[in-house]
Amino acid sequence: MKQLLALKVNDHPGVLHRITGLFLRRGFNIATITVGACEEPGVSRMTILLEVADERVMDQVRKQLAKQVDVLEVEDLTDRDAVTRELCLVRVEAPLKMRSDLHSLIQPFRAQLIDVGFETVVVEVTGSPAKIDALLDLLRPFGVLEIVRTGLAALPRERQTGNGGTARREARSVEV
Amino acid sequence: MSFEVTEGARAEALSPDAAAPVGTEAPAGEDSERGAEPRPEPPPVYRGADLLVEVLKEEGAEMLFGIPGGATINFYDALYNSGIPHVLARHEQGAIHAADGYARISGKVPVVTGTSGPGSTNLMTGIANAWFDSVPMVIFAGQVSTSVMGTDAFQESPIFSMTMGITKHNYQLMRGEDLPRVVKESFYLARTGRKGPVLIELPKDMTSNEIPYRKPVEMRLRAYNPTPKIDRALVEKVKRDLARAKRPVIVAGAGVVHAGASELLRAFAERARVPVVHTLLGLGTLPSDHPLSLGMGGMHGTVWANMALHECDFLLNIGSRFDDRLTGALEHFAPRARIAHVDIDEAELGKVLDEDYPIHGDARDALAILLDGAVDPSPSEEWLAYLESLRREYPLWYRTDRPYLQPQRVVQIASDLASDDVIVVTDVGQHQMWVAQFFRFRRPGRFVTSGGLGAMGFGLPAAIGAQIADRDALVLAFVGDGGFQMTVEELILLREYDLPVKILLFNNNSLGMVRQWQELFYEERYSATLFNIQPDFMRLADAYGIVGRRVETEEEARAVLEEAFRTRAPYLIEFVIDPMANVLPMVPPGNGVHEMQGVKPE
Ligand SMILES: Cc1ncc(C[n+]2csc(CCOP(=O)(O)OP(=O)(O)O)c2C)c(N)n1
Repeated sequence: MKQLLALKVNDHPGVLHRITGLFLRRGFNIATITVGACEEPGVSRMTILLEVADERVMDQVRKQLAKQVDVLEVEDLTDRDAVTRELCLVRVEAPLKMRSDLHSLIQPFRAQLIDVGFETVVVEVTGSPAKIDALLDLLRPFGVLEIVRTGLAALPRERQTGNGGTARREARSVEV
Repeated sequence: MSFEVTEGARAEALSPDAAAPVGTEAPAGEDSERGAEPRPEPPPVYRGADLLVEVLKEEGAEMLFGIPGGATINFYDALYNSGIPHVLARHEQGAIHAADGYARISGKVPVVTGTSGPGSTNLMTGIANAWFDSVPMVIFAGQVSTSVMGTDAFQESPIFSMTMGITKHNYQLMRGEDLPRVVKESFYLARTGRKGPVLIELPKDMTSNEIPYRKPVEMRLRAYNPTPKIDRALVEKVKRDLARAKRPVIVAGAGVVHAGASELLRAFAERARVPVVHTLLGLGTLPSDHPLSLGMGGMHGTVWANMALHECDFLLNIGSRFDDRLTGALEHFAPRARIAHVDIDEAELGKVLDEDYPIHGDARDALAILLDGAVDPSPSEEWLAYLESLRREYPLWYRTDRPYLQPQRVVQIASDLASDDVIVVTDVGQHQMWVAQFFRFRRPGRFVTSGGLGAMGFGLPAAIGAQIADRDALVLAFVGDGGFQMTVEELILLREYDLPVKILLFNNNSLGMVRQWQELFYEERYSATLFNIQPDFMRLADAYGIVGRRVETEEEARAVLEEAFRTRAPYLIEFVIDPMANVLPMVPPGNGVHEMQGVKPE
């Protein structure tokens, strides 16, 4: 089963290694992992999509992570209402005469062309992994040359973050 | 100034009596009221190595173990006048196992050093050993200078990543100004919560460069909470349910020793009338001859301990991590029991078994709650009588039909002759199990053995550390001829530091434990386990200037041990034992603990 974890970790050298090393030793499969700065200086946020056997294993994962001195917070977003996003860049073969077809294809995905050449273009798309997969399927007939995906970034929705008042808790963000 | 520290950390870091290094004070310059230019004074500057030694003194570091080298030479230079004693081992593995033994007996946090490259890689086994058995220590692994790190420079090794999986935490010290904080955090981490080794990778320039030092030092351990608040209600529920159980049992592990909770354990077991199974590292938490002590459980456990594990209806595990050597095949482990588990490390809860009462907390806290108020004895007299009948029917035994000295008998004689304050150290192998089975442990925390890692070579150096920690105690080091030869070079320390350790060398001319498995499970195909040729151990003793005695009979054993125990000098006593002696009974690998073999003489 897939599990989605959000971590806050110290921004120290070796922390990513520490976390992935832990998964490696225990044979947990990482589907995606993203790391970057967050709202606090000196702290990074990691979003990890994991493939684990069952809830018991997941419980172990959570505890083992929490035990790391450099891990400040572990949040399990799997069954929570969270916004998740992945960024994908894809280089597609697109001779000039195909450009308008391409354009109309990617538009409903709110994808954009961020680099244009004579023979190829680079498309940028953000969204759920399923949406990205769907777009990639549509692009394949054109000739997909290169793909890069960032893996998931995730945040819980406001009403569940627990730091809003009652009124704010009613507010719901809308997935776009 | 703001400090991001946990409560405990704050107390440690800021305690007023944590003396500052010579003449440091917070910088002046707070009086900007009158518009005067606040001009902070530059903090005082120290050579990194001197600062390191000062911080070690602040932390109360009392004992160092190691071997110097190019990467740590500045540190050693600063130690020269420090007054902190340093034990110079002959191999880094010896140094760190000695520190391990020292830590277990003294309850303090020793410091271990190895130089970059080989010095540090030689520490690996000892680091892993301390990690598995939750032994506190701080390790300084020298490293090449930051300017050449990563270039495969002379004597460089990636010790930081190499030790990540076998330390409680580790640091790569890359900026001098982090040094005081990192060292303080290391000691704090090593000695709190679930204890363990903490390693600092120390590039050479960190000890040669000038470092500014400002007090106080901020610790950044905001998510680390070594003193979890125990779930009182859950412990009280355990107490109620345990009192109603018909066949209750307590499993006492190393956590009881670490928490200093043996007295509480004993009081609770007595008042609740519950028998206690010990893990290898939990031996001694109840005296071996206590009527409620069932001895050791598991692969080489007693029949009655293992039947207690198998037939119990309520199992309270305090401070053991359900190691597979204890549980045997999990599907047969305590199959009818409700299971309560107290552990200071939350990650141990639910790791092996799905406990009914997972209790995150210190053994001492749990036992204090269990003892609070009236303790109803469980209705277990019948249960105790049953276990007692097993004890009578299946006592531990050894062969009497062979013309050789039986090792178990030697353990018994040593146990009988030893004083109550004896410290028992073992290496790894058959002799370790014979000691676990036949030695009468009288006091908690006096049994030093490599439990989790099972590292041969541990015994002699660990005994050295133990004797340094308690100079007056009788220290017995039981070693096999195999493991002894792995760290035999440390013998010289017995003379150098005047340590009257008695080494009881069990010579069976083989790697006995592996040979036993080959005999029982591999059709006696003794592949690479028999020694064709051995050193002359008596001349070895001679070479190292200690007393050597060779023993072949029970009478000699008694006489020589009596002599050795009376004499304040190190002894190497070689017992030429039955080369075919086995550790029995035994739970064959893959079986449940109730499926033992060798429970009775054939
Ligand atoms: C460093 C290391 N290497 C190998 C082993 C595997 N091993 C476990 S017990 C044993 C035999 C030990 O022989 P010896 O030291 O002579 O003790 P005995 O079993 O004969 O009492 C071996 C090789 C180990 N535990 N540690």
